[in-house]
Formats: sequence, C-alpha cells, structure tokens
Amino acid sequence: MNPRFRRRTGLGAALASPLAFAACGRTPVRPPGHVSRAEIDEAMRTPTELDFWTWVPGIEKQVALFEEAYPAITVDVTNAAQGAGHYAKIRTALRAGRGAPDVAQIEYEMVPAFTITDHLLDLRPYGAGELESQFVDWVWAQVSGKSGEVWAIPQDTGPMGMLYRADIFEEHGIEVPATWEAFAEAARALHEADPEVYLTNFPPSQGAFFAGSLWQAGADPFAGSEGADLRVDVTSDAARRVTEFWAGLAAEGVVSTDPDFSDQWYQAANRGKYATWITAAWGPVFLQSTAASTSGKWRAAPLPQWADGEQVAGNWGGSTNGVFNLTRHPIQAAVFAQFINTDPECTKAMATEQFLFPPTKALLEDPEFTGMELEFYGGQRVNEVFAQISETVSPDFQWPPFNDQVRADYGATVGTAIAEGGDAVAALGDWQDRIAEYAEFQGFTVEEAS
Amino acid sequence: MSTESTAPRAQAALPVGRIGQRGRANKGGKGPRYARTGYLFVAPFMIGFTAMFLVPLAYAAWFSLFREQMIGGNVFVGLDNYTRAFTDPQLIAGLGRVALFFLIQVPLMMVLALFFALALDSALLRLSRTIRLAIFMPYAVPSVVAALMWGFLYGPDFGPLAQLADRIGAAAPDFLGADLMLGSIANIVTWEFTGYNMILLYAALRAIPTELYEAAAVDGAGPWRTAWSIKIPLLRPAIVLCMVFSVIGSFQLFNEPSIMRTLAPNVIVADYTPNLYAYNLAFVGQEYNYAAAVSFVLGFVIMAGSYLFMLATNRRSRS
Repeated sequence: MNPRFRRRTGLGAALASPLAFAACGRTPVRPPGHVSRAEIDEAMRTPTELDFWTWVPGIEKQVALFEEAYPAITVDVTNAAQGAGHYAKIRTALRAGRGAPDVAQIEYEMVPAFTITDHLLDLRPYGAGELESQFVDWVWAQVSGKSGEVWAIPQDTGPMGMLYRADIFEEHGIEVPATWEAFAEAARALHEADPEVYLTNFPPSQGAFFAGSLWQAGADPFAGSEGADLRVDVTSDAARRVTEFWAGLAAEGVVSTDPDFSDQWYQAANRGKYATWITAAWGPVFLQSTAASTSGKWRAAPLPQWADGEQVAGNWGGSTNGVFNLTRHPIQAAVFAQFINTDPECTKAMATEQFLFPPTKALLEDPEFTGMELEFYGGQRVNEVFAQISETVSPDFQWPPFNDQVRADYGATVGTAIAEGGDAVAALGDWQDRIAEYAEFQGFTVEEAS
Repeated sequence: MSTESTAPRAQAALPVGRIGQRGRANKGGKGPRYARTGYLFVAPFMIGFTAMFLVPLAYAAWFSLFREQMIGGNVFVGLDNYTRAFTDPQLIAGLGRVALFFLIQVPLMMVLALFFALALDSALLRLSRTIRLAIFMPYAVPSVVAALMWGFLYGPDFGPLAQLADRIGAAAPDFLGADLMLGSIANIVTWEFTGYNMILLYAALRAIPTELYEAAAVDGAGPWRTAWSIKIPLLRPAIVLCMVFSVIGSFQLFNEPSIMRTLAPNVIVADYTPNLYAYNLAFVGQEYNYAAAVSFVLGFVIMAGSYLFMLATNRRSRS
C-alpha cells in the first residue's frame, strides 16, 4: 500500500486549511437602516464585478438577463461543488475573510447555519422586505429571521408528493393510497404478489427525506431555537410515528432500503423495482432524465396522509440566494439576488426551461406553468399537482443552526436502525442525545423536551 | 569465475571510498563553498517541504490547542482536545477497525506480492514482463476510480457478481453489508497494492548477488530451498519497508471507504476509519480544532506502530 497518496488526503485536508489567515480579511458590512432609491440607482450604474456561486444548471440565462438590465455589472458564475462541498468551500473562504462569493446558492435548511455564524446580510434595507407578498407564505417563513430579517431570496422549492407507476398499480389492482395506513397495506399486498417489487424504497441515509416526512407529520423538532438557545425534540409523538412507520415496513421487508441516488437505486428505478418514489416537486423532471426507459408509466399524486381527509405536505429541498456580509458590493449583490428570483422573465425561464419548482405565487397560478403536460407522466399536468401540494405545506418548520451535523447523526442512528433492523425508536433517543451533546459542545444552551 | 563474481563488489565499494575522501576534504579549506552548493541543490525540495508540509504541520499543532465554538468564540484549551481524543470511543473504534484491517489485509497482500515476486524472479515464467505489468497495472488506477469500479461490481441487485450468482441459482454474498464490508475494502486495497509491493520485492531480489545462488547450487539446493533459505532472508529489509508502508496506508485508510460510503451509508458511518472521522469532524461538524488533534493522534499511533514493528523485526533478526 502506498502511503504517499493517502497521507495527504485526510490529514492534509484537516491540517492545511487556510484558516490561519482569518485575521487578514475584510470586515463585514454593517447593514444600513435604509438604502435610498438614489443610492441604489447610483450603485447599479457603477461598474462592478460580482461573484456568484451556484450549482443550478443553466443559471447563465438569468445572469444574462440581469446583465442586460444592468450593463454596468458583470456577474461571474462559479459552480464550486454541489451541496456539502459547496458549503465547505464557502465556509473556508468566509473564515479566511477573503475569496468568498458575494452571492451564493443556499438551501433553505442551510440558511440558519450561516446566520448563526453571522455571515448573511439582512436584505431588508435593499428592498427585499417588499417582496414578501410575491412569495408563498411557508417559503417566506423559511428565509425570515425572528425580527423580520430577510436572510435570502427564495429560488425554488420542493413540496413533497408521490410519483407512482400507474402500470404496476393497475396490474396489481392498487388504488393510489390516500393515507399512510392504506400505503402500508398496499406495500404488504404488492410485495406478496410480486417479491421482486417494492411499493417504495426508504432511503435510510437520506436525512432530507426524513426531515420532510417529519414536516408533514407536524413534528417541528427545533421550533423555538434562537441564537444561543437550542431547543431540540426529535422524540416527539409525531417523530415517533414516522419512525415506527418506516422501521415497521422495513422490518417486514415490504419496502426496500437502498441508498438513493446510488447506482443501485438508478438501476432499480429503471427496472421497476420500486412502484413509487416519495419525492419532491423537483423529482418529476429528475426522474424523467434518469429513468428514461420507463417513460409514460409514471403519474404524480399528493403524499398519503396521517389523518384521513387531511391535506398536508412537507418540503424537501429547494434553494435560495443569499448575500454574504463580507461583500464589497452589498447593494449590487442584493439587487442581483432579488432580480434573478423575482423578474418575471427570469423566474419563468427557471420554471419552464430549467424546471426549478417556483416559490412565487404568480408562477404557481400561471396556466402556462401549471398546464404543462409531461409525456413521461402520460400527459399528466404534474406541475398542477405540485402547485396544489405547495399550498398545503405547513409554515411551521425550523432548521437547526448546524443542519449538516444533525443529518450525519441521523444517518448514524435512526437511518442505520431502520436499514439494519435495529430499535429505531430507541435510535431516536440516541439521535436526540447526539444533537444535544454536540450543541452543548458548541456552546449552545440546550433545552430538551421532556 | 572468481574474478567475475568479485567484480561487482569492487565496483560497489568504489563510490563509498570517494565519498569518504570528499568528506575528509570538506574539513579542509574548501568546505563552506561545497556546503553552499549542497544546500542550493536541496533548496527546491526544502522550500516546498517547508511551505507545504512543515508550516501547515506546525500551524495544525498550534491550532489543535484551541477550541472554537459557534457560540462563545475561540479559546486556548491546552491539551484538552488530546484528552478528549484519547478517550473518544468513536476514534478508538475507528482505530480498532483499521488495526483489524491491517491484520487481515496486509499479511494476505504481502504473501501474494512475495509469491509473485519469487515466481517472476525464478525465470521459469514465460511472458514475465507482461505478467509483471499486468499485476502492477491496478496500482496505476487511481484509488478513487478503483473504489467506484469495485463498488459497481459489488452491487447487491444489479452488480455483475450478483447477476452471475443469480444465473447459477445462488445468492451472492452481501458485499456491501456490515459483515463483509471490511473484507470488501480489503479486497480492493489488495488488488490495488499487491503489484506495488511485488515490484519493490522483485527489485530487491534482482539486487541479490548471483554468486550466492551459485554457491547454493553448488551445495545442492533446489529452487524451493534457494527461495526459502536465501531469497527470503535477504529480502527482509525490503519486506520490512513494505510492511511499514502498509502500516501507514492501513491506518490512513480514506479513499476507498469514502467512495463506498455512497453505496452503503449506513455501514460506513462517519467514524468508520480515523481519517474519515477527522474529515467529517472538520467539514461536517466544523470542529476544526478537534479534527487537527485527531489527526495528530492518528499520526502518533502510526509512528508508534511503525517504530514497534521495526523494533520487533530488528530484535528477531539479531537473535
């Protein structure tokens, strides 16, 4: 075994991080009380270069529209990485005090992780406060601070729904389940009828899916956390109900537990191993490109419900654009973040060409968007289904200030227990303990629900 | 015959004498200029080594004495991070796992590498160049690519091995399950590094003076006897070197489990190996200071392990 390659990977990564230079960077922008129209106009006429980090494909389109509207400003788009890698690079740059982008894509779940370290610029002085009425309520709640700050501008969302194989449902006489109870019965019946097929796959390490499931069930584990006070309750009745449900089906062997977005999972989706995919509004177009061989067989429906007759959904995924307070061009950066996410032409292109599910009321009611008939779904108006689901997402769901750690701990405790047939409810307790321990270690005052 | 066999020795002895002479000359008047030239020669390396290795290492050592919290800022905590590391069950479990890995994988790999090296050296094989290249080839495959490739082969439903097992009506073992994962990773690492170790041993074998073989032949030793009594004992330094590399490599296991993690996230947890743990501490948990301390603890363990290993082999060779 050759040590030369290895020695530098882990050790080097930890050792060589440029945090040493934190002292020599820029100082954060102090948010002004109000920026006047004249100041904004002046800034937008000043030749400026903005750095924008995002992994959204085709974002050049919106950038071009912005540069057309504000010819003095140039935007450099960088795709640094997706998800975890993107945030790691941003954090490193923020700590170094230089090299961080002016504007960046930030998922809703990661917004508090950047407000706790005091790196996001409140966009209210730059006119963002007036945008509230354009956005769906629950989405706006996700980017709003306790004192009404606007930490980021919503770009797309992921209200959760269910994609199902109409052909498999028909073959086995399965009705689209309206409740989770009916879903469980269908899972048993289907697997008995055809042991090769599972009603769905529970991705055991997909913390975002689990969080969305908690959201639907009405659990809000970090509700009431603010600043240095962390409230955590992942062992609530609602959380327990969700956990018992999936752990039970996994233990019976009537749902599979493959890691999602893995080779195994892609192949299984193409070969009809899963009869449904519990996913979010970005799922339909994603599936279309990754399971092309199953075109025409899928349909979309709302999630099964915990209580009969209810219509409630959670959200999984979606992003915002935030401005870091180390920027030298706060006005231009703030205007950019607002422009690409509210300009009618920009947002329409996002929804209909880039297939980002829109957070704006205007688009969710736009027949040109909701009326799109997707061949992959047998001509169904899938956007309309998800636009209706979007109205049923609860505004009460708060993310922890260290979501990546919470996710990792979920995978190590609850996710593993469900996948490996352990005591999943006990694992909820372990998850809670790990979160509390970590939070205390980070200096939070932890309040656990009794 | 006697002139032939002593010639290489005489040649080998020559440069030593020259170096010795120059060493003595250095103590005379020309010393400083020679020394300056010498330093100039090593400067390109030393500059890189200092900037990319020593400085970050010193910085990390200093950094590991602090604790930065999300709430409360940065404080000097002395050796607290080290105290925590030495009693951290996650780190200890990871160290145990890589130690087990070392005990299973390294002997297997070394026996294979030794076997191939001896076979190639025996001159009994045809196409020995081709075979040597073929065995060495996996080492040229980046370990990330190797892990991705093997991950595909191990796939539980649609992987080629599972499909093959299905064809013959058997159930494929769950290569990515908790029970077999360490073995599956060991297999990848063995595939990757057997060739590398084989080349080291083979090169050492080629350096054994031929008169020893001749003497053995005169004494009536066959090929097996020659391998056992002459080649293997003379390979000892090369084997020790390979083993030390393997101690380091095993304890620093990172790439393979990191890639396989996407396939079996519930088996390869964040603290599966100490390096993976340090990485996740830094980039998931933002515990940069503690990650630095864990990296140093790992470094100490590796140093101690390598030292103990060399001590043990030295003792044995003396007795």
